[in-house]
Amino acid sequence: MSAIIIKELTKKFGEFTAVDRVSFSVEPGELFGLLGPNGAGKTTILNMLTTLLLPTAGDAEIAGYDLRRDPGEVRNNIGIIFQDPSLDIGLTGRENLEFHAMMYSIGSDERKKRIREVLDVVGLADKADILVENYSGGMKRRLEIARGLIHYPKVLFLDEPTLGLDAQTRRSIWDHIRNLNKNYGTSVILTTHYMEEADYLCDRIAIIDHGKIIALDTPSGLKNCLRGDCVSLTIEGRVDLIATALEEKEWVREIVPNGKMLEVLISDYEKNIPYIFQTAGNLGIMISSINFSKPSLEDVFIRLTGSIIREQEGTRQSARRDRVRRRMLR
Amino acid sequence: MIQGKVVYVLWRREMIKYFRAKSRVLGAIAMPAFMLIFQGMGFRKVEFPGLPESIGYFQYLVPGIIGMTLLFTAAYAGMSVIMDKQFGFLKEVMVTPASRVSIVLGMISGSATTSILQALIIMMMSVLLGFRLPFLPSILSSVVIMVLISMIFINTGLILSSVLKDFHGFSTIINFIAFPLFLLSGALFPVSNLPAPIRTLSYFDPLTYGVDALRGVLIGHCEFSIVLDLSILLTLSVLMVCASGYFFRRAVI
Repeated sequence: MSAIIIKELTKKFGEFTAVDRVSFSVEPGELFGLLGPNGAGKTTILNMLTTLLLPTAGDAEIAGYDLRRDPGEVRNNIGIIFQDPSLDIGLTGRENLEFHAMMYSIGSDERKKRIREVLDVVGLADKADILVENYSGGMKRRLEIARGLIHYPKVLFLDEPTLGLDAQTRRSIWDHIRNLNKNYGTSVILTTHYMEEADYLCDRIAIIDHGKIIALDTPSGLKNCLRGDCVSLTIEGRVDLIATALEEKEWVREIVPNGKMLEVLISDYEKNIPYIFQTAGNLGIMISSINFSKPSLEDVFIRLTGSIIREQEGTRQSARRDRVRRRMLR
Repeated sequence: MIQGKVVYVLWRREMIKYFRAKSRVLGAIAMPAFMLIFQGMGFRKVEFPGLPESIGYFQYLVPGIIGMTLLFTAAYAGMSVIMDKQFGFLKEVMVTPASRVSIVLGMISGSATTSILQALIIMMMSVLLGFRLPFLPSILSSVVIMVLISMIFINTGLILSSVLKDFHGFSTIINFIAFPLFLLSGALFPVSNLPAPIRTLSYFDPLTYGVDALRGVLIGHCEFSIVLDLSILLTLSVLMVCASGYFFRRAVI
């Protein structure tokens, strides 16, 4: 049984379609990421899956319960950590946890045990009896994670879990998320617009833009779809000449001229970079600097979402890029 | 369905926060206390038409000020809902399996307790200033009336908070509602002294009947009959609880 099955989920606010027929499923124990720019519709998807917002159309099943028919059981089986803080800062950390556990009708002894346990998981045991208003941003986030875990949810939703945190805290939150996913077997769905976060944490990633899923794969699968390594060259001389010469080679995937710069996507860089220099030399063109990078998730993302934005402008260059993109994604 | 545990959690949370926020307690009591001291002492010797000589203005004023305390603390209860909304806590509560009805009842019970505590503090203070307290059964029945009064105004605040999002809007509107209700209620002077058109308005003010009922049990003097007062208060508070339940079910957090 899948942890989550979503079919054609749609949400419209008046004329505006925030989420457009999104379908995917998440396996038990999977760490699934929704990656997209701000305003892409990630939080709206999460709000629908957590019963805070009614979908305009489409269905979803969470932990085996239908979102529309059985919202109470859905709420019983999920935990959520919101993008914005949602703690009661006038209470202590322990009180926040205790009240949350009581909302799920967890008995008194079990409650005490679980509070100790989740406080240990997020490393807040010694700070539990301090008022939350005196917590730092990272501590608040960890407390929210602890709170999301206390009723042992089958599915945990995390909305931008590390937004606005420093690099060190972010790293430690990532470790907490990974550990709880491993130790409890909780399925985790997180939204993020940080590439490294999605890359580091997620088993699979859905890239969302304008309310639609535009790609769904493992991080390495997404990166492989570029099928190439990126070489940036700064040319002294005629850029178009070397571009035409390189375009004929079968190991060149894509060429994007950019002023004096030339971006070339190639395969087998070990063999082929020397060949680029040779070609330039034969044409009497100087390469004054070179930059080489293996594809990151960010490249995938920019290529996917960036070209869609340019598509609307309808320039010739975008049409070409788009052709190349389709070839690469095949 | 009503989940007792949820109601209890929200009630206890309100209590903890109430006793932690000393300034809030003090601030809420200060205004009625000033009214009691200055208005009560200053007009001590004044005689009103419609006010029996045996009673005296101070005796007459105390139930009115208790009504005022209830009105203002209860109506402002919606403010903590707005705070919970802004701090995201309400959203957190809404994704738990707690039923909407239990959440609303939890909020009501917490706020009702704090309003009645404030009103009792004011009652104690008035004793220090010379208020002649009736026997215990009368005090207990006055608490029942306090419950009804606070029900009506807590739900007014809750309904408003389910529609509004920010502090400033809430406090402006609640002041706009609460002050006329207070002045029309006859808390400070007999309603019968008002000119006829304004007097008619005061018959539409729930607090008029609340204050009158409080006077009935606390000083043994009321303008209407206590049965009329109680049946109006009871009907209104049931209606208001239902209304705020309805508004919260539709509320978008």
